[in-house]
Amino acid sequence: MSASLCIDVRTEDFDAGAELARLEALGGGGVASFTGVVRGGNGLVALELEHHPAMTLNMMTRIAEDACARWPLLGVTAIHRHGRLAPGERIVLVAAVSPHRAAALEATAFLIDWLKTRAPFWKKEHFDDGSSRWVEARKEDDDAAARWERR
Amino acid sequence: MAIELLYFASVREAIGRSAESVSPPSEVISIADLVAWLASRGGGYAEAFAEPSRIRAAIGDRFAEPDQPISGAREIALFPPVTGG
Repeated sequence: MSASLCIDVRTEDFDAGAELARLEALGGGGVASFTGVVRGGNGLVALELEHHPAMTLNMMTRIAEDACARWPLLGVTAIHRHGRLAPGERIVLVAAVSPHRAAALEATAFLIDWLKTRAPFWKKEHFDDGSSRWVEARKEDDDAAARWERR
Repeated sequence: MAIELLYFASVREAIGRSAESVSPPSEVISIADLVAWLASRGGGYAEAFAEPSRIRAAIGDRFAEPDQPISGAREIALFPPVTGG
């Protein structure tokens, strides 16, 4: 049986509750999710997200299919926004549903770890003094993603 | 043969454009060769590709390693390490 995939890249906000309810309705019994939200502080006024449109959906779909090949999942949701987002706005939602809670939780961690290191998005921070800077890739993110490499 | 190049994030800003069509000389074989050839144009290109080890690439919709040949590629994207999620 193939899992139900919901993959989306969009500028508008998404309804996290409705997305999780859709996974609950698949009947697996265990739904896990991760929501990424723009962190404020240090004078941040906006986070600008750029992506490679011709590549993003395909990469996100491949990551979701990889999760389905590793864990017994009934459904996977991965939604990523782009454009200009204010502190407190949702950036990303990944979620998985499985008959087994460990599978749902592990698949969710896998999805966000690989999305962060393999999906072609770039973040730029804008500050209240008018300055801006591109976010640097973090070694911790690479380390987190590496733990899912096939051994 | 002409290749369509796409630039993203800091690479796009340094070069000052998001896409262009180029026809590299025949000695440009790999992604790494392409990056070095572009850097030799100087100005924003030299700035964008000052640290080749920090440049990532995709041929079509697949990530490509620096030693990957570019022959037959129609569209190549060059960008810094990704920071989504």
